[in-house]
Amino acid sequence: MKAVVPEEILINAIAANLDGLRHVAVGASSPIPGAAALLARSRSQGRMRVSILGSEDNNFFSDGGKEIFDVAGQGRMDAFFLSGAQIDGKANVNLVSVGEYQQPKARFPGSFGSGYLYFVVPRVILFRLEHTPRTLVEEVDFISAPGFSDDNVYRPGGPHKLITNRCLFDVDKKRKCFRLESIHPGHSVDEIHEQTGFKFDLPEGEIPETSTPNTDTLSIIRGEVASEISEIYPAFAARVFGVNSTV
Amino acid sequence: MLATQLTIDQLASRIPDGAKLALPPDYAYCSLIAARALMRRKAKNLHLVGVPSLGFQADMLIGAGCVDIVETAAVTLSEYGLAPRFTAAIKGAKIKMMDATCPAIHAALQASEKGIPFIPLRGLIGSDILAHREDWKVGKNPFAENDPIVYLPALKPDVALIHAPVGDKYGNVWVGVRREQMLMAHAASETFVTVEEIVDGNLMDDLKMKAGTIPGLYISGITESDKGAWPLGIPGGYNADHEHLRRYVDLAQTDEGFQQYMDEFITEASSEAAE
Repeated sequence: MKAVVPEEILINAIAANLDGLRHVAVGASSPIPGAAALLARSRSQGRMRVSILGSEDNNFFSDGGKEIFDVAGQGRMDAFFLSGAQIDGKANVNLVSVGEYQQPKARFPGSFGSGYLYFVVPRVILFRLEHTPRTLVEEVDFISAPGFSDDNVYRPGGPHKLITNRCLFDVDKKRKCFRLESIHPGHSVDEIHEQTGFKFDLPEGEIPETSTPNTDTLSIIRGEVASEISEIYPAFAARVFGVNSTV
Repeated sequence: MLATQLTIDQLASRIPDGAKLALPPDYAYCSLIAARALMRRKAKNLHLVGVPSLGFQADMLIGAGCVDIVETAAVTLSEYGLAPRFTAAIKGAKIKMMDATCPAIHAALQASEKGIPFIPLRGLIGSDILAHREDWKVGKNPFAENDPIVYLPALKPDVALIHAPVGDKYGNVWVGVRREQMLMAHAASETFVTVEEIVDGNLMDDLKMKAGTIPGLYISGITESDKGAWPLGIPGGYNADHEHLRRYVDLAQTDEGFQQYMDEFITEASSEAAE
């Protein structure tokens, strides 16, 4: 069997946080979260729905752009993914700009639905494939959506995990910070300290390695999931799985 | 009642300088032919409202100097990367930015649709989106103790500008599942629309079509515009012209390149205006 690639480890680790949920939504341009959601759906035996936003064919909404947010506001969306140009140690997410807001050094597209979904979706999985001090910062320059809120603010949702190309962080909701959960194969805790701009907690005892997918999981990823994901993200599927889209 | 049928330049002249102009995102139905007509007539001081985000048509209007204010949840060219003229205008502090989040735009339009002055929305508290929006307020939930919630004033665009696959001579316009276009038409004072085709008969006579049709009541003017979304595509119709869009993004990296694009495809596109 072909060696496990880093993308497959990420897909497996994310899917482990989705099993048992009813509805997982994925934003546009998110092939790895998309594949993880499809893996979890495959294991759910028909109990999980997945909607891929910004994809004409892979969402089941029929009441316009507002519906996905109404769905989330009612608690009908269990998990969603957010990324950020910057993510800080208090799980604040920045999708807007670096530098002074009125005349920034760098400007990104904007906050999209984050200023709302982060508050109302119970499991928001933060996903950033560039794990460097530039992206994982002590304090974001602009808060598109705050990681945590005061006790009197309506907040059924919030950060659940942060997964990067180097490691997986858990979220300590009491201490309002990240705790290293596992390190992906081939990476080290020293490297993670060096490449992370914020302080984080360490687990008690030895830090586990992020598990690699077992044979059954790998065959689902490389079969069913690769085939479905190739219709949405053909370039990704071709690169990672060698699958060519038929569409 | 019959709809007012306009040429594309008449349509552009009905969108006044300074208008608060609601536009759909690139993946919906965008009237790029009307955007080009706005650029040709050198529209000024527009306040764009992205419902809920903006793309190529906003980037072009910004590059052409038509825009003062951008109110949106995002400006994105998706796989083509950052919107070059928008990014340059923001970095140069040439336009006023009103950052929002998608459901805030939808909700504020819904308030306008209902004719109510404001609408509450969850989320946003503690964000810098809210911190920079002087027009939004944190208020009380009048039905509960100690439950702060954001109040958004109704968002009433002067004009909604949309494109659609078909319309009829009564001004009924079929948008199908793109119901945010319907919300835009309900909320705006006036709606101008370009359609691929004005068909015979009345779209309201077919119940399957009626479910996705904006009544002519809301439509101030309609223009038949074959390939009116080009270089974008329309879902279920034609694909985006990827080669052209890539060329745009390459050229629009610089002021000179954008001017070259304008000269080639907008100022000189007089054949389009003559139709």
